[in-house]
Amino acid sequence: MAFNGHQHDNEIVDEDETPSKLPRCNKEMHGHLRNDPQNEAAAPAGPSTSDRWASNATPRHRKDSVKKTRPPFPWFGMDIGGTLVKLVYFEPKDITAEEEQEEVENLKSIRRYLTSNIAYGTTGIRDVHLELQDLTLCGRKGNLHFIRFPTHDLPVFLQMGRNKHFSSLHTTLCATGGGAYKFENDFRTMADLQLHKLDELDCLVRGVLYIDSVMSSGPSECYYFENPTDPDHCVQKPYLLENPYPLLLVNIGSGVSILAVYSENNYKRVTGTSLGGGTFLGLCCLLTGCSTFEEALEMASEGESTRVDKLVRDIYGGDYERFGLPGWAVASSFGNMMSKEKRESVSKEDLARATLVTITNNIGSITRMCALNENIERVVFVGNFLRVNTLSMKLLAYAMDYWSKGQLKALFLRHEGYFGAVGALLELLHPS
Amino acid sequence: MAECGRVDSHTMDKSITLPPDEIFRNLENAKRFAIDIGGSLTKLAYYSTVKHKVAKVRSFDHSTKEAASDKLYEISVQEEVTARLHFIKFENAYIETCLDFIKDHLVNTETKVIKATGGGAHKFKVLIERKLGLKVDKEDEMSCLIKGCNFVLKNIPHEAFVYAKHADSEFRFQTTDPDIFPYLLVNIGSGVSIAKVESEDKFERIGGSSIGGGTFWGLGALLTKTKRFDELLQLASKGQHSSVDMLVKDIYGGSYGYLGLTGDLIASSFGKSATADKEFSKEDMAKSLLHMISNDIGQLACLYARLHNLSRVYFGGFFIRGHPLTMHTITYSINFFTKGEVQALFLRHEGYLGAIGAFLKGAEEDNPNQYSWGENYAGSSGLMSVSPDMYPMQRARSGTFDMLEMDRLDRQLVNLPLLQEPSSYIPDTVDLTEDAPAREYWLFCFEDALDGVVKRAVASQPDMPEAAVRAEKFRQKYRHKLQTLRYQPFAYGSLTVRSLLDTREHCLNEFNFPDPYSKIKERENDVALKYYQKVVKSLEELSWEDRQFALVRGVLAGNVFDWGAKAVSDVLESDPEFGFEQAKRQLEDNSGVDIILGVMPLVRELLSRGTEVVLASNSGPALNDVTNGELQILTERIAAMDPVIQSGLRDDRLTLVQNGSSSPCLDLSRLDKALAMVVRERKTDLVIIEGMGRAIHTNYFATLSCESLKLAVIKNSWLADRLGGKLFSVVFKYEVPAGKPSQEAAVLTP
Repeated sequence: MAFNGHQHDNEIVDEDETPSKLPRCNKEMHGHLRNDPQNEAAAPAGPSTSDRWASNATPRHRKDSVKKTRPPFPWFGMDIGGTLVKLVYFEPKDITAEEEQEEVENLKSIRRYLTSNIAYGTTGIRDVHLELQDLTLCGRKGNLHFIRFPTHDLPVFLQMGRNKHFSSLHTTLCATGGGAYKFENDFRTMADLQLHKLDELDCLVRGVLYIDSVMSSGPSECYYFENPTDPDHCVQKPYLLENPYPLLLVNIGSGVSILAVYSENNYKRVTGTSLGGGTFLGLCCLLTGCSTFEEALEMASEGESTRVDKLVRDIYGGDYERFGLPGWAVASSFGNMMSKEKRESVSKEDLARATLVTITNNIGSITRMCALNENIERVVFVGNFLRVNTLSMKLLAYAMDYWSKGQLKALFLRHEGYFGAVGALLELLHPS
Repeated sequence: MAECGRVDSHTMDKSITLPPDEIFRNLENAKRFAIDIGGSLTKLAYYSTVKHKVAKVRSFDHSTKEAASDKLYEISVQEEVTARLHFIKFENAYIETCLDFIKDHLVNTETKVIKATGGGAHKFKVLIERKLGLKVDKEDEMSCLIKGCNFVLKNIPHEAFVYAKHADSEFRFQTTDPDIFPYLLVNIGSGVSIAKVESEDKFERIGGSSIGGGTFWGLGALLTKTKRFDELLQLASKGQHSSVDMLVKDIYGGSYGYLGLTGDLIASSFGKSATADKEFSKEDMAKSLLHMISNDIGQLACLYARLHNLSRVYFGGFFIRGHPLTMHTITYSINFFTKGEVQALFLRHEGYLGAIGAFLKGAEEDNPNQYSWGENYAGSSGLMSVSPDMYPMQRARSGTFDMLEMDRLDRQLVNLPLLQEPSSYIPDTVDLTEDAPAREYWLFCFEDALDGVVKRAVASQPDMPEAAVRAEKFRQKYRHKLQTLRYQPFAYGSLTVRSLLDTREHCLNEFNFPDPYSKIKERENDVALKYYQKVVKSLEELSWEDRQFALVRGVLAGNVFDWGAKAVSDVLESDPEFGFEQAKRQLEDNSGVDIILGVMPLVRELLSRGTEVVLASNSGPALNDVTNGELQILTERIAAMDPVIQSGLRDDRLTLVQNGSSSPCLDLSRLDKALAMVVRERKTDLVIIEGMGRAIHTNYFATLSCESLKLAVIKNSWLADRLGGKLFSVVFKYEVPAGKPSQEAAVLTP
């Protein structure tokens, strides 16, 4: 999501949630809570704000809240974005025989369906490599699964929910992203499900901080590129995100949101841009006739953007020394395409590559300016635009390093696009 | 990147022939050329000297040439040489024709070098060197732009404007703070360059973006198969971006209320083309692309402005170049990102900045920055909207040329030091750009008065048979200006009565009618001088209280003798007997011909009360207003018969200064430096502004840091109606700056 220019100032409010009630959860979750931003700079005061929080209040009255301190299974967190739906599912592995007996058939069937497949229908995919095993969540041990499917296939998903009688499980479905609002009615009418809607940025921040905190074994969640300005020696290296604040969190989905995170419960939305993953894919589809993100990336990896872009050296014959601009820098994205002959000589791959470079560099520029304005040196890039997109990650790493003369560090997270959904799951387990 | 790299010679209607002799004016004396060749337009700059006629007054030496003439002074029309800067913009396709023409007409051999800038300079280097025999000396584009920007901001009032698509007048011109620094210049060529300008010589390129005009053009051409930049803009103006872009409401179903983001905001540019498998119209894609690029540039500009704490952001480059659509989208974006804290500013002469800057770099030995320059309305095309649908006047000009001429002013112009807030001072009382009924009226009024002006112009040069022909040319030129202004009132900045008057003066000068009123003024002055002593004597006989009223009436009655006001000139022309006594009666018992019988007695009174007086008058002729030259002679003559004036001059208590203006109106932010100095030295504590042009059309709302008195007779019935009075009623506005005791109020308010 990218909504331009609105800030999101969060008041630092006392956390007077009652950790004693939730002894086990609290250990894992402490600090990942975000309080109600009562004094919202950008949000209008009045009905819309209070409505939102009124609807949030409902899950607090779950009957098991005092006795068992955790909601019934299944545990889902959902993030319905402009392009993709991201779903995280917690599969309990410590089910006792007694539980097994009590467990209704529907629940079993859902668990079996999700965990025994890696693809669902024609477009649903489980990112097996991201699965978090032996995770303790709210006192339960299990695996966390990461699933995605295109937002336009949401009706299929709802139909499946209906067929599997999901609503009979009386679960609370925590959902974030714009789709939680847009499709709320569809969830109710098509699948008889009541959504618990959550703010996407709250969920995002919460999800990032949580995943980073639990990833102690296995591959490091956070990584960076060493020697970003030297293509031959540019390698991915783990990064220990200890004491991460302040950090700039750049979420590149269909659009881009940039957040400044100052502590676990204090962040603001600095700005955003509408030139994001959706723009890359949208332009690629129009320019090359491709239809999927993977296809577009594949083409981009084979193309040459310098045939499409006009570089500084195309204008000045070399560096523009007076202003310290290197000859290889892009002077005008798609600038060569002003000429008819050059339009006719470029390949689709070149165009895809140029689109990727244009969008990525632009995100880099805006991010760098935000980092300067906010006086933050660490930037974490997340979002599904970066999925299998090493090209963009290296470009971002390069841009941050080069233009800031080494001042800025670009960091990346393995679960790039799933943090909103994780945040939504955390809300289910430990409502703020 | 500012560079507009590729030189794209448009395919255009070659049958439109360029009338070069109308464009490359004064080429015979031209020296110091500069050229800025962009992607589609070439801008040529040169410096030339212009001979034009000026009316000079010279006192007769009365001791030796006793009664050689019964004339008061000698009026001679002389040739004067002044400096003028010419800037011409034409399409690249004409470059060869233009160079040929220049070569044929270039007599001056001093010039060896032509300064060149712009992305196309290297491409045409050989051609220029071959055709003109001048060595091409390339100058950095960015520094030329900034030099040019500083120059126009300093010398052209109403250079900068804010664009508002849905307002009554799309262009809201800004009063330029005398201190123009610091500012941010965002140049949108094929890429974007962002520079921070801190002083005349200090600027820094602080950033830029590769997403610029070239991206719109290049990507637009790929997406829509439309080749030309202008055509792409045309497409965009008809499109709907919401069918291509993913909006907040497409994701949320409505607004994202939590962040206060409305549903119509763009969440992902081209986001719908990523998911929807359908055909998108060219128009919609062009519109989406325009929004994407404008928003992106606006966002970066805001981020840079914030980082460097700058609130003035000027936009230029071929992406902007007067295109209403891009000005609108950039303005929208800036408003959105800064919530109105920063305004997007555009420049009327944006297209000339590079050429002006390149020229200035080559002309440093002439010290152009040492002088004040003024836009010559007669020789400048003015701001034109490029949208032919919106402005029918444009159609006739399409594919041709555009000109800017700037005259070097004799005097260096500065602020009146007594202006309360120089940065917010607006000389003009009514902005005709924003006031449609007033505009209608005044345009009609000036057109209606044109015959009379032509007649008087011819009459002022009885011994020149070709005067009638020139006067006719003047008529055509000024009428055409009026017609242009009817459709494009913003052409020369805010349209005002002052600008209409000034345009007329510029056009008269253009055709060598430097001072059509010189003879009339001489006659009137001569008559008035004869009455001076009588008037003074009768004033002296009055009691102090009566004398004050009489003095004020005298100033006001004199003010009726204003040929500029139609109501008056009708009476005067129909009745030659109409004179001072009648003017007094018209005002129910008054006295004085403007300067001699109105102002001078007041000056005399002030002098005899021990007040020091600085008498400021126009540097050059405008209507029948007295010029400093004339006033010098008149004052000498008066001094000869009046010991009070004589001793005032001798003891330096009466100082005559020129105000730097040649207009019937007065811009207190552009006054002769010498006047400003005298005002400061003498610690002036009262300013009296007299006359309709200077106290009503302009400065009516001006606030000064000392006491001021504005007085005039309303000689226009429409204006009288507007102000809620009758024709020939009196304005007598005495103001004391806030916080100061109004001691004099009781004395001067009638």
